[in-house]
Amino acid sequence: MRFALSPEQEELRSLARRFFETESSMAEVRRVMETAPGYDTSSWTQLARLGLLGLVIPEQHGGSGASLVEAAVVLREAGRALLPAPLLATSIAASALLGATDDEAAATWLPPIASGDVVGVMATSSASGSWELDDTGLEARHHGRAWLLDGDKGYVVHGAAAHLLLVTATTPSGIGLFVVPADAPGLACTSLPALDPTRRLASFAFVDTPARLICTNRSRMERALDIAAVCLAAEQAGGAERCLETAVDYAKTRVQFDRPIGSFQAIKHLLADVLVEVESARAAADYAAWAATSSPEELPVAASLAKSVCSDAYVQAASVNVQVHGGMGFTWEHDAHLHLKRAMGGKQLLGSPDFHRERLASAVLSPVHPAL
Amino acid sequence: MDLTLPVEAEAFRDGVRSFLREHLPSDWQGVGALDEEQRLEFGRSWREVLSKEGLLAVAWPKEYGGAGLGPLEQFIVAHEFVRAGAPLRPLPGDQHGLSLIGPTILQAGTEEQKAFFIPKILSGEHRWAQGYSEPDAGSDLASLRTRAVLEGDTWVLNGQKTWQTAGDAANWIFVLARTDPAAPKHAGLSLLLLPIAQPGVEVRPIRTLTGHAEFCEFFFTDARASADHVIGGVGNGWKTAMALLGFERGASVAATAAAARVELDRLGELLRLNGKDQDPLVRQRFAWCYARVEVLRHLALRTVTQLLEGGRPGPESSILKLYVSQYQQRVTELAMDVLGLQSTVMSGRGAVAHLGPDPLGGSLDPAAWEGVFLTARGATIYGGSSQIQRDVLAERVLGLAREPRKVSA
Repeated sequence: MRFALSPEQEELRSLARRFFETESSMAEVRRVMETAPGYDTSSWTQLARLGLLGLVIPEQHGGSGASLVEAAVVLREAGRALLPAPLLATSIAASALLGATDDEAAATWLPPIASGDVVGVMATSSASGSWELDDTGLEARHHGRAWLLDGDKGYVVHGAAAHLLLVTATTPSGIGLFVVPADAPGLACTSLPALDPTRRLASFAFVDTPARLICTNRSRMERALDIAAVCLAAEQAGGAERCLETAVDYAKTRVQFDRPIGSFQAIKHLLADVLVEVESARAAADYAAWAATSSPEELPVAASLAKSVCSDAYVQAASVNVQVHGGMGFTWEHDAHLHLKRAMGGKQLLGSPDFHRERLASAVLSPVHPAL
Repeated sequence: MDLTLPVEAEAFRDGVRSFLREHLPSDWQGVGALDEEQRLEFGRSWREVLSKEGLLAVAWPKEYGGAGLGPLEQFIVAHEFVRAGAPLRPLPGDQHGLSLIGPTILQAGTEEQKAFFIPKILSGEHRWAQGYSEPDAGSDLASLRTRAVLEGDTWVLNGQKTWQTAGDAANWIFVLARTDPAAPKHAGLSLLLLPIAQPGVEVRPIRTLTGHAEFCEFFFTDARASADHVIGGVGNGWKTAMALLGFERGASVAATAAAARVELDRLGELLRLNGKDQDPLVRQRFAWCYARVEVLRHLALRTVTQLLEGGRPGPESSILKLYVSQYQQRVTELAMDVLGLQSTVMSGRGAVAHLGPDPLGGSLDPAAWEGVFLTARGATIYGGSSQIQRDVLAERVLGLAREPRKVSA
């Protein structure tokens, strides 16, 4: 029984932190967020070289065969650094590919994902933004032995950077998970002007787009969605942690009324409350990553719990960070708004806190009765 | 990260479970199902059972009559007892004796003090009350004014203490008193132990906003304590008293987390009974509470991990205090809202608990929820108010500058 990272995991954390401190410094984040792809491809290659893109990918597919706990460690560090690169998207896509039932697709796509040559993203949300698995927004129909997809996907994280899409679609016999190369015929990608400049969003239109069906097992797809939520929660816990540190540092140095503002209880108590939420977020995120790996029957509840707790904690920490920085925190020049926007974006992505709390209520209180 | 129990711990847990099955009555519904008289009667016999099995003081070393259990086993015992609705501290005052002053004597006491007090705590001969707060020394505890003057081999006490939980059931009290008025505020204090049944001690009940007298206040007029009964040495009272607050943290967090879950399960039952489980707003609030309670369990696991690795409870424990007390208010507010107008009438069976949530077997009636709602108002005040906890976290965990304080003796 040990609810703490192992020495190896701690080492991975410091490796990731050191890497992101230089490769995703705030100056670097600000530089790449103004560029067209929204992330730096050479630092992406280095991420791959360090083995950080293939953490959850088995060794036979070019990864390091670690667990989601290790992936969560790195994602938390990425969240601290506001990494603009599609690490979250790729981690989610790799996990979904792994969880699917198509070994050939896994053998084809996992090695280039681990090596950084292919950016994979999962697109489950319909254009309406719903996170219900059944709201796919896509119709899949047979065309000879192949499948063709028609419809729309919205709010796809790093969609424009993707080489490979994993999409849910409604088939005549239920929901299926499909892979679609980004250059497939009949597929159109539109970049969206995201509120969060450090994380690109896109929508996709499918017209008779050929796709490969890789999974029809509903519980495996649900698991993929849960893992996606856990990955984002880990990233949010890191972001919240960073906001607290930034605000505390500033409160120690900013002097007003001849005292550091951090010596005023009005500021102290704001920050102490954030500390409580940050600790809660870390615990919930760690537990969910552990459950994904070692206690799968707990995953649905643990994932919804972590996503709702971490979303709320990050928004609170980012908002307090703006507040404590006062006028400076309201400027474009200061980094506080970048965390606030990341927090507000992440809150709604992959299921809002309200969505996940409703899911928790269904699991632990009672399902909603069908309307009469 | 490994949250599975080791094989030995699993076997230990199974042992605790079969102990509970074996020794609790066959129709057991939890101590919350008993009325006050039944509780006292059950508490007496349950105390005998625990004492015989060595489960009364699970954390204490075996040589002093404890079970010598490690942090994980303590965690398991606390969790299993609370989930089964079986009290860990069967009688009023046991909490103070077994969890507070007992461990303090074991850590800071002399061998003579251990030999004198420890067996009497275990047997129940000594029933303890805590004497810290004073009318003019609450959050600013170190400004306390109860004076003790040494006359020969006896300390003579004068002053007033307040907020003694179960003070009416106690026959001994540990008192933090000023023994050196010339020393700086925190330095001139000592922890004195004295019997209550003496002419210089007067006990009065304090009726709280719940309508019950959960607390007492103590008046000392030339009350006497033996010079042999100073724990931790004269002048070391502050240090000794603060260490006392940190004992059995792991077990107490486990018990708190399990108790919160028992209460939330009961609230879920209430929601299903009155159909409010279908109300989307109620579902949101219930799920928020559920997440809060689960995270509390995660934080408890983390605390146990730290203790297993030899860590001592530090200022981080203020996180838990703040977290739990605020949660208790939120969850009981939800219960009151769910009851709606029913929450305005004190109908049915009332709350059992004096502090904290009702144990297993507690009532679903409005009066019970009203009781825990009112009780929860105190949770953010006693044991260091939320405002003090935030100061502690800000200054000692986040490292922010201290509030300027007047330097005084």
